[in-house]
Amino acid sequence: MNHILTIGGRQFRSYFNGPVAYIVICIVMLTLGFFFWNTFFLFGRASAREMFRWLGLILVFALPALTMGLLAEEKRTGTIELLITMPVTEAQVILGKFVGVLGLYAVLLVLTLAYPISVSTLGNLDWGPVWSGYLGLFLQGSAVLAIGLMASSWTSNQLIALFVAMTLSVFFWVLDKFLALLPTSAASALEWLSFDYHFQSMARGVVDLRDVLFFLSVTAFALALAFRALESRRWS
Amino acid sequence: MTDVMIDARDLTKHYGPVTALKNASFQVNRGEVVGFLGPNGAGKTTAMKILTCFIAPSGGTASVGGADIFDDTIAVREAIGYLPESTPLYTEMLVLEYLEFAGKMRGLSGSGLQARLRRVVEETSLGDVIGKSIGELSKGFRQRVGLAQALIHEPPVLILDEPMSGLDPNQASEIRELIREIGRERTVLLSTHNLAEVRVTCGRVLIISQGEIVADDTPDELAARAGKPRFVATLRQNDHSASDIREAFSAIGDAQSVNEQAGAAAGELVVEVVPKGNQDLRADIFQAAVSANLVLLGLEQRGEDLEDIFRELTTGAGASS
Repeated sequence: MNHILTIGGRQFRSYFNGPVAYIVICIVMLTLGFFFWNTFFLFGRASAREMFRWLGLILVFALPALTMGLLAEEKRTGTIELLITMPVTEAQVILGKFVGVLGLYAVLLVLTLAYPISVSTLGNLDWGPVWSGYLGLFLQGSAVLAIGLMASSWTSNQLIALFVAMTLSVFFWVLDKFLALLPTSAASALEWLSFDYHFQSMARGVVDLRDVLFFLSVTAFALALAFRALESRRWS
Repeated sequence: MTDVMIDARDLTKHYGPVTALKNASFQVNRGEVVGFLGPNGAGKTTAMKILTCFIAPSGGTASVGGADIFDDTIAVREAIGYLPESTPLYTEMLVLEYLEFAGKMRGLSGSGLQARLRRVVEETSLGDVIGKSIGELSKGFRQRVGLAQALIHEPPVLILDEPMSGLDPNQASEIRELIREIGRERTVLLSTHNLAEVRVTCGRVLIISQGEIVADDTPDELAARAGKPRFVATLRQNDHSASDIREAFSAIGDAQSVNEQAGAAAGELVVEVVPKGNQDLRADIFQAAVSANLVLLGLEQRGEDLEDIFRELTTGAGASS
């Protein structure tokens, strides 16, 4: 556990020594602001629903930028060798990296609280769905970050990691958008695999255990594959 | 505790069709500084990566500090301080930050960590750059940070991959001094392709060529194995002819042959005297010069060098030894 936190803490701090974290935070906050306030007054309702609709989508694109370097950059520069030859297991390295980026994501989410807070000054905001929405965002974000970490474990090129992670995340987000074109049985299966389907119900204020378990399973599965990729280096 | 700190048995590693290491067996005992010597691509780095559990061998096994590299990888890693080739460090971190990180990863904390930090910073003379970011440091200082992180947990075994490559002569001699210092209390396995380094730092040399260990001996023994010493005397010519000089030196009982060598400066003669056995002929040459009224300007002993042995062993010819 100590090792996980040490690796995670180092990763978290190192984000603030480079440009990526700042760029991602700025882009997320600005695009969110643009889309959110653009339509906010049209609805004339003090609700954060629209914010969650946009934020869910923005993060699917933005979060892979945070994970792309996690292992790819360590492999490119060779620092992975020093990290892994310390007395840690591969699982601790993967979990440490994940905890580090999850910490940064939590900071990002806290910053977006500025939007519901400003909404609440304009009208009577129901905070219940806001909190369940944040829980949903956190869970969906975990899944996207785990997928990003997995992609980063497959290559030593950050751009490839970014591209793979973004493609996979967007794919899972967009799955429930084309259901009308499909036969019903296939449609319900695909809907169930879609990130947005599970997330939107949480953003409405419904915390269903099945949605929580869905995101946790995706996260665990992606982390397990990242672990396998890191471990396979020994036997290649 | 065993006295064999590193015990490699028949290590073999294939990368696809390429065989990087072929049945390499060697041992390093407690308190030894052993040089792993070989041309680039000979398998030095592969062997080190196997010993540090970064990769697994395709065949054979090894133990470090008594722990097996398959069964007890964590114990192996705990026993080792490792400096990989080209010193990969997190360049965005401050030196102190990085060493703290390394210490925590090694299970140190609190006042124990602080005490070890102070000690390694002193040992590696990093005091002046402790607050700088690693990316700003010169190659020599980065190398010291690499050594400092390898030493932070007082490991019984140090594995250093090319610790002196890419350094200027001053930096290299400082690092060499440091490694000698470290080697007094610990077991060190270091790799290099620089023979001069091995001479000064290592008590024993493992020469590796195309994945096979082709020699395992002390530097002096290796040099002695290669051939007889030769003595090269530089004399003032005056009005002596080369044949006078040959005659004077041939009178030395243990001299086998006396040959004039080309390349002497104007007014000087250079003569090579080869002894019959391994005798030291320097005194005899001096005496012979004096009694023949020759002015001796210089006298030098040349053994067949480690360089020659190295070349011989690593260019195919060595496979038979």
